Amino acid sequence: MESRHLLRIAFLGLMLGAAGFSTAQAADPSLKVGLLEDVSGDLAFMGMPKLHGSQLAVEEINKSGGILGRQVELIHLDPQGDNARYQEFARRLLNRDKVDVLIGGITSASREALRPIVDRTSTPYFYTNQYEGGVCDANMISTGAVPEQQFSTLIPWMVEKFGKKVYVVAADYNFGHISAEWNRKILKGLGGEVVGEEFIPLGVSQFAQTIQNIQKAKPDWLLMLNVGAAQDSFFEQAAAAKLNLPMGSSIKIMLGFEHKRFKPPALNNMHATANWFEEIDTPEANAFKKRWHAKFPNEMYINDMGYNAYHAIYMYKMLVEKAKSTKLADLRKVIATGDACIDAAEGRICIDPKSQHTSHRMRLISVGPQHQVTVEKDYGVIQPYWLGQIGCDLTKSNPKDQYTPNHLPKKS
Amino acid sequence: MSAADLFSFFYQFADVFAFLILSASGLAIVFGMMGIINMAHGEFIMCGAYVTVGLVNLGVPLALAQILAAIAAGLIGVVVEYFIVRRFYKRPLDSLLATWGLSLIVTQSMLLIVGSSIRGIGTPEGSFAVGDYTFSTYRLVLFACAVAVLVGLYIIFMKTRFGVLARATMQNAAMAKALGARTGRIYAISFGIGAGLAGLCGALYAPTMTLIPTMGATFIVESFVTVVVGGANVLLGTAPAAIFLAMIRMALNASYGQIIGQIGMLFAVIMIIRILPEGLSSVLVRRGR
Repeated sequence: MESRHLLRIAFLGLMLGAAGFSTAQAADPSLKVGLLEDVSGDLAFMGMPKLHGSQLAVEEINKSGGILGRQVELIHLDPQGDNARYQEFARRLLNRDKVDVLIGGITSASREALRPIVDRTSTPYFYTNQYEGGVCDANMISTGAVPEQQFSTLIPWMVEKFGKKVYVVAADYNFGHISAEWNRKILKGLGGEVVGEEFIPLGVSQFAQTIQNIQKAKPDWLLMLNVGAAQDSFFEQAAAAKLNLPMGSSIKIMLGFEHKRFKPPALNNMHATANWFEEIDTPEANAFKKRWHAKFPNEMYINDMGYNAYHAIYMYKMLVEKAKSTKLADLRKVIATGDACIDAAEGRICIDPKSQHTSHRMRLISVGPQHQVTVEKDYGVIQPYWLGQIGCDLTKSNPKDQYTPNHLPKKS
Repeated sequence: MSAADLFSFFYQFADVFAFLILSASGLAIVFGMMGIINMAHGEFIMCGAYVTVGLVNLGVPLALAQILAAIAAGLIGVVVEYFIVRRFYKRPLDSLLATWGLSLIVTQSMLLIVGSSIRGIGTPEGSFAVGDYTFSTYRLVLFACAVAVLVGLYIIFMKTRFGVLARATMQNAAMAKALGARTGRIYAISFGIGAGLAGLCGALYAPTMTLIPTMGATFIVESFVTVVVGGANVLLGTAPAAIFLAMIRMALNASYGQIIGQIGMLFAVIMIIRILPEGLSSVLVRRGR
């Protein structure tokens, strides 16, 4: 018994020694990228492309020599759509794994759960989704589109084309509520009217009553801000009830690829403004899609989240290489020069120094009865200007707040 | 109130009622009668939905695919009963853990094997207009199916020899066994019927919903709530519970929206469990005697 015990300890020691040896051997320690994306649960179908995009970017970067000669190590944890788990995993990545950068989060609720934790560290955090906008936080760099890029383009177009009466169906959490606030603000400027607003708890899948409320209110078009697989059942049920209304959204098609998941014509007459959708047909976009599908042949759709997640890692690479450092303060110095740009598949995109949000080339797309996607209008590159306009300037101060049309910075 | 609004009220009630009955009927047998806290109930529903979609994609007509899917879920239920559930009849709380584990394994395996989402098959054509409103015919088919399930359960459990034996076994297994009932087989068949009804629920709702491995979760709260409010008796418990909860939810949904509808329904559930811990059937069955 005794000797066997000793043997075990000896073996353990050997293993530890070997482990120590192998890390000592590497010339430069690898650069650690912490990634939090849901790949199970209600949002798995949109989180999966985010994980894939990150993996593809890391593989490409490592093949071409890494970042500043350091290999990139991707540490992915799956918070399964649970905000408490987002916080727990974020602490683990930041404190135990000591990642150089944290990326991820799908819902705005998960992002707001993460931010206070990241803000206590000096680790940069990339949020890679389109969202309801307004976060003015020096730790956070946002690479997705925001309302001035999505709603300020879509809503006037919808009003002009379909009419002034709008009914809003939105998920009942910060994203849905703040997006609805944006809609009210923009509609007011256009002389439009919100004839109904309904906030739906996440996980609800039955919409017969909502459909009838809409028919009663007689809107000209619907603003769809429903989130998650369960709530997406609305489209099938509305089509079956022959609701037949034009729809607009900031998250459908390019993000949730509902036109691929539902049988036509459930998504007929849906409109959205997007910086990326898989149907973009340019040489750069096609090359990007080709690389993606070569690595992930079974991907149903490369959504804008996946696309943004991929480019966020290149954005980080650009910042680190220009700063010759991984420290947040040094990266922010690069951002402050106003010359933090990369050539993405949509074109050249840059980080705005005041808000640390990203400029995007926006296109308005529509879905036809066979679920074919057509580009209705090309807006060119739109800057994320709103935060700067209302007084957020991260080069001067760091309020770590999220502003909305009804919650503006205090005038000093 | 116009005729259109009146019809709309009925339609909304029928819609919620069908959802509650179809999602709860399988659980009413497995949990209400047999006492197994089946956390994998939602996965039997998912199974029914996925088999339906798979068969429709192979060219099987929808109605036939739905029947086959319910049968498939029922057969899987019998297998699950034989290998897992059988060991937990005397340990109801452990059955919760075992079936929850099963549920996690099944959803995660489906995610890995089939992927995070599959393409829907579309609701069968057909809609009609009443006044300003248009309605989907398929939602009324769901209501008809819910009523048919109740009638079917009544016939099986009240009018057949198997029903008598099953009720005897659930009330006192040892005595039933002593009198010659093959209780093992009766448990297996009852669990199979419960699983099959869950599968039928998934099959019927498959055309109207997003198909993801965790889709069963959207049914599970409503199904447990209905069964708990109803109590042990499937017919005198689950059906009145569904009518009661559907009325509350429909009225609140219509006037205050989905959030209040959900809160109100759960609040009513808390009140009922507080006042009638054994569920509605404890009152109704006593009256009937």
